[in-house]
Amino acid sequence: MKYIEEFQDPALARRLLDDIHATVTRPWALMEVCGGQTHSIIRHGIDQLLPEQVELIHGPGCPVCVTPLEVIDKALEIASRPDVVFCSFGDMLRVPGTGRDLFQVRSEGGDVRVVYSPLDALRIAQENPGRQVVFFGIGFETTAPPNAMTVHQAKKLGIRNFSLLVSHVRVPPAIEAIMRSPSCRVQGFLAAGHVCSVMGVGEYPELAARHRVPIVVTGFEPLDILEGVRRAVRQLERGEHTVDNAYARAVRPEGNPAALAMLEDVFEVTDRAWRGIGVIPDSGWRLSARYRDFDAEHRFSVSGINTQEPAECRSGEVLQGLLKPHQCEAFGTLCTPRSPLGATMVSSEGACAAYYLYRRLELKTVPAAATTPPQEASTVV
Amino acid sequence: MCLAVPGRVLDIGEKDGTRMATVDFGGVQKEVCLEYLPDLRVGEYAIVHVGFALQRLDEESARQTLALFEELGMLQEEFGDPWEQAALQAGADSPWPFADGPYAGEAAARQAATPEEAQEGRQ
Ligand code: SF4
Repeated sequence: MKYIEEFQDPALARRLLDDIHATVTRPWALMEVCGGQTHSIIRHGIDQLLPEQVELIHGPGCPVCVTPLEVIDKALEIASRPDVVFCSFGDMLRVPGTGRDLFQVRSEGGDVRVVYSPLDALRIAQENPGRQVVFFGIGFETTAPPNAMTVHQAKKLGIRNFSLLVSHVRVPPAIEAIMRSPSCRVQGFLAAGHVCSVMGVGEYPELAARHRVPIVVTGFEPLDILEGVRRAVRQLERGEHTVDNAYARAVRPEGNPAALAMLEDVFEVTDRAWRGIGVIPDSGWRLSARYRDFDAEHRFSVSGINTQEPAECRSGEVLQGLLKPHQCEAFGTLCTPRSPLGATMVSSEGACAAYYLYRRLELKTVPAAATTPPQEASTVV
Repeated sequence: MCLAVPGRVLDIGEKDGTRMATVDFGGVQKEVCLEYLPDLRVGEYAIVHVGFALQRLDEESARQTLALFEELGMLQEEFGDPWEQAALQAGADSPWPFADGPYAGEAAARQAATPEEAQEGRQ
């Protein structure tokens, strides 16, 4: 076990790994939904510590990566307008639109500002009453409630020069879409812990039962991920498929009721396009009718944008777990963090970035250590 | 951006009719909205995302997660200068912020993958 000493508690990590090795009898494919988990897995070589039979498939859980090109292009167009202050989180700066990114828009004179919180954007609007302030509202269920609260505040305080370019996405419909895909190989899910901190586990039992797939709510630390894998593998070996919360210290089954109530007030569920994947029914939020005035797409006419995905980029397959990043022809050659073809190469939570960052070109090259019980040789393809 | 970061509440006040707190994240302090966790008290830990406290966390877990995120470079990402980071990324493939990962040794020997190497990796 090459890097196990790097774990916070190497002894516990070893125990968890030994248990997984002892439990596995057949090949299993698990998907970690969250890009933060992907980075933790690759950084700590967790996929290489697991038995040969357990394959981790990287999921679509990076909001930056799945924001459609069309929305990025709308953002670039709005941000280029002289009357606009365009506010965004920092990790959207280098996400490629058609031909350029927000970073370039600023160098061309656009007033693009990076904020830590959507409330910062609202403050900028208060301080600049003569200008239109637009906030780029992307993100999963963790980010949607803060953005919802900000719009609610804007309305409450009567701030008219603030609007939101909304592209929020929801995890459960994405899981549904992955399971429905004819090429799906996923047999169990490690659900994204922080999404569940907000949403609770409400939508998961039905998904788990219908697709007969275990869903284990999992955190980000290496030990959390090992524990998530351990519980998922146990269920699979026993033929079970329930929802299990392995991240109870940050996830209550009911989630955060105040945040859920605000989401319900400000947003409504809508179909959303995912970059590289296409439209997934009910997989996103848009502003509800009461808050439509704060919708940047209505305020600025940015329809009719012609988008063009680079033909070489296979991030759609990467995001669905059908392809590992290094299996993309462009990986590391045509596509690098310096000149990314897809958002998955540039986002801090993108799978292509993780592989590039840790120069992970082969998988499963480190055999399981001899300290674990001998396993029947069986290769996961 | 999607990851919430644990922090400790230093003080609590009000702004525009909204419950706000100063929260410490391993040395960096930020204004945080407490509307979604209104009974959070001074000294307690919570996971905080884009300026909003979202769920309570015990101190031990909070410390461990902070240490991990620091190691993954995520604190730098969350609280560092994003323009600087973007410029670095735009101008150079290396250094990546965490190029000292477990594969750093291999990285020195093997720069970017060639198409042949990528091909080899196909299963
Ligand atoms: S390596 Fe680049 S081109 Fe290939 S899928 Fe990833 S982002 Fe797209």
